[in-house]
Amino acid sequence: MANNLGLAVKPVTETPESEKKRVAEWINTEEYKELNFKREALVVMPPHTCQPLGAELVAHAFEGSLPFVHGSQGCASYYRSTLNRHFREPAPAVSDSMTEDGAVFGGQNNLHEGLENCIALYKPKMVSVFTSCMPEIIGDDLTSFIKNARNAGLVPEEMPVPYANTPSFNGSHIHGYDAMLLSILQTLTDGKKVEGRCTGKLNLIPGFDANTGNFREYKRIFSEFGIEGLILGDISDVFDSPLDGEYRTYPGGTPLEDAADSINGKATITVGPRSSAKTFKWVEDNYAGTNESMPMPLGIANTDAFLMKIAELTGHEVPESLKAERGRAVDAMTDAHQYIHGKKFAVYGDPDQLMGYISFLLEMGAVPYHVLINKGTKKVAKEVQALLDSSPYGAKATIYHKHDLWHLRSLLMTDPVDAIIGDTHGKGLARDAGIPLFRFGFPIFDRVNLHRRPIIGYQGAINMLTEICNKFLDITDETCDERHFEIMR
Amino acid sequence: MAEKVELKTVEGVTKESTQSIIDDVLALYPEKGKKKRAPHLAPNDQLSGKACVNSNKKTVPGVMSARGCAYAGAKGVVWGPIRDMVHISHGPVGCGWYSWGTRRNLVTGQLGVDQFAMQFTSDFQERDVVYGGDKKLEKLIHEAKELFPLAKGFSVLSECPVGLIGDDINAVAKRVAQDLDTPVIPCNCEGFRGVSQSLGHHISNDTIRDYIIETREFEEPIGPYDIALIGEYNIGGDAWSTKPLLEECGFNVKAVWTGDGELEKIAATHQVKLNVIHCYRSMNYMCKVMEEKYGIPWIELNFFGPSKIKTSLRKLAELFDDTIKEKVEAVIAKYDPQMQAIIEEYKPRLDGKKVMLYVGGLRPRHTIGAYEDLGMSCVGSGYEFAHSDDYDRTAPEMPEATVVFDDASEIELEKFAEEMKPDLVGSGIKEKYMFQKMGVPFRQMHSWDYSGPYHGYKGFPIFARDIDMAINSPTWNLVKSPF
Ligand code: SF4
Ligand code: SF4
Repeated sequence: MANNLGLAVKPVTETPESEKKRVAEWINTEEYKELNFKREALVVMPPHTCQPLGAELVAHAFEGSLPFVHGSQGCASYYRSTLNRHFREPAPAVSDSMTEDGAVFGGQNNLHEGLENCIALYKPKMVSVFTSCMPEIIGDDLTSFIKNARNAGLVPEEMPVPYANTPSFNGSHIHGYDAMLLSILQTLTDGKKVEGRCTGKLNLIPGFDANTGNFREYKRIFSEFGIEGLILGDISDVFDSPLDGEYRTYPGGTPLEDAADSINGKATITVGPRSSAKTFKWVEDNYAGTNESMPMPLGIANTDAFLMKIAELTGHEVPESLKAERGRAVDAMTDAHQYIHGKKFAVYGDPDQLMGYISFLLEMGAVPYHVLINKGTKKVAKEVQALLDSSPYGAKATIYHKHDLWHLRSLLMTDPVDAIIGDTHGKGLARDAGIPLFRFGFPIFDRVNLHRRPIIGYQGAINMLTEICNKFLDITDETCDERHFEIMR
Repeated sequence: MAEKVELKTVEGVTKESTQSIIDDVLALYPEKGKKKRAPHLAPNDQLSGKACVNSNKKTVPGVMSARGCAYAGAKGVVWGPIRDMVHISHGPVGCGWYSWGTRRNLVTGQLGVDQFAMQFTSDFQERDVVYGGDKKLEKLIHEAKELFPLAKGFSVLSECPVGLIGDDINAVAKRVAQDLDTPVIPCNCEGFRGVSQSLGHHISNDTIRDYIIETREFEEPIGPYDIALIGEYNIGGDAWSTKPLLEECGFNVKAVWTGDGELEKIAATHQVKLNVIHCYRSMNYMCKVMEEKYGIPWIELNFFGPSKIKTSLRKLAELFDDTIKEKVEAVIAKYDPQMQAIIEEYKPRLDGKKVMLYVGGLRPRHTIGAYEDLGMSCVGSGYEFAHSDDYDRTAPEMPEATVVFDDASEIELEKFAEEMKPDLVGSGIKEKYMFQKMGVPFRQMHSWDYSGPYHGYKGFPIFARDIDMAINSPTWNLVKSPF
């Protein structure tokens, strides 16, 4: 029966324009901000998403690896389409399509049938299994399910099947990334440690990073050094593959053999300390060689530290080419400093990236002002504070670690800044505040090729700087009055 | 559907040739998978007017299906487009985040003031799973009411965990609705229910039936030309083409379900004289309810391409008096030459080209006529989540013996494209880049590939331009390198 809520039947009404106008003004006020910050239960426009998305990203990043979602197919479609939209590339992944009966009896049958089918159809070298909410809630036991699959002969003996629990009601996409990466490395390196063997390679853990340009840049840096590096979870050829008339299900990724042998590496660096925390902890306990956790090399100082660490770990000096590149970056920054110095920024992002943006801004004399940590914790907030404290330009910043983009909107409207650094989801805020948005983060659904231009390293610093300063100059040209419209800027 | 069907054929396509392609595809599967998939793939039997495939069955695990879930059907399709409500994705953060702004159901108004096309979630944490989320839900609706006072109502869209931990969102909704004197609609559309988005459509229709319809009444008297436009989601502005078109034909479009939709108008739709439905799959349920309960007839129309628009408008006019008939003829006479000019511009570039489609609930059949207007023919089509009645309606639209695929897996689509050699594939974002890497031109046919509208007379020129652009882009000449 209609009207199950027992509400009185009323006429259709139109909200008066005056009322819309009043509310439109009110949501920009201090009073609204206070009300908005009182929220305890409602989350509006969170900048982070659920664990399995991150798991899928890294599951794509190994050669011949087929991401496999144990759980609802709907979730799987969502992860895939998110990656498709961001990279404008295929993201082949399967799910075992659990439905109501799976919820009652558990998902083992689905998992087994799914493994059999996907191996026959898509001929992976590895199937990387992770979970959506449903099996997490009903408590499916992946360990025994997968063991049973092997015993039943559904998985070829040699085929690795790493698996990770990635419950969505916990953490964010970066934690799912970490969990899946850990399982992949544990699975591949199992029994591969050889006492006294050294691959001579430098392993790099990039952490959750959806910028293929960054990966190519890491590899270029290795080759400038003349060293052999191995990225553990390399998405560059996976999500930036050529269009030449042939579709390849697995166009790239870290070779499985190399990943297996990475346990005998010369050294391992993570540049995603917070999105690979568990993985790195395990690496420290198990990998040969020296293991180092570093900030993501965003900005000059972080890049310097990264290069010096490579030099230290490999015994190679920082090559002349990179020294010159540093000089060019600093030259570019000096040339452009006047267009960014003192400008106030709202910045939000996953912790590793966010700290990188902040370092870069501080180096430029720009002012990080509203700082929102995606799914932040107190611990990360402290680390961000310490970074801000390291520069006088960080003194005006306020950190928000439990907040969402609707909170940030209130901040922007009551205490304005000059620009936002974030991802596509910040575009409505930027529009309302009348300021530019710099899309350095993930996801980017509304611009082309930004995932192809690196933001790490010296070249990355130049790229960020160029985007920011030119945008400010565009704004000057577009908004200045006639008398101040000049040829030179 | 009583139109006379002319047999359409595509050169070189016979039942035998198509069946042999299907057999090759099935040979890729293990025994069990093959058995399950076989009834979902078949050559079309055009004159039968009957489905040639099974549908609305569980997806075979592990095959790389494009399907979504009931929540996607409820949030993304039916509820989400209603612009003046706060739609709460109830459960963990992901589902709502993925469906945030990714369907292109455009809306009027100002974000956060009188339209709410943003992401609202209860962002479940471990403790909510353990102790239940009802209290949090109750609290957050109150918070939303305070912060978004112009919201006309709230939908609570349950994600997987909610249905598994034994929460009672219906009780919460009822309580809060009374407290706030505002509709709060509990929608138990957990993703594990059913086999695809389709059940989410159905569940959402049921909640409209149970909680919304009849709760409002239009103040003005009911007129003879009052209609509602159902199953029009305003993708890329479609409703801003179809609604004015119907108005130009003399109708008062009292409500649009649910593209750029307004809750109160939807709630008063029991007062209209006729329901015009476009996406049959997602909203036939409520059309049938309104027919049974309020005696409102409904008619299924197709607004893609001038031929189908013309037939549709005339079919519609048949149900009304001469005033409408005259207006409809005048409208057709006005737009026909404009459309002819578009055809003359693009047909020479597209004539004889072949298209393969794989979309959701209506486009795999409804768009075929628009391609035909441009001289193209459809060599394969299928749906993610259709039922038998959709495939019945598809048979006469597709040429004889072309391939029909239900809930196709990615490898099937790849093989069909290799064999049928379409000049264009129209499907979704998950399929897009596979085909482009193969060198096959592609348009996203859920989202209009960030273009649109494609509906109505306003839409056809844009559709024609986009199809031409996709197929004839000079970038395709660069695919093969000279070395
Ligand atoms: S939050 Fe849970 S149900 Fe939603 S998309 Fe993520 S895993 Fe799936
Ligand atoms: S046309 Fe397709 S995408 Fe649109 S609502 Fe219907 S089924 Fe869904």
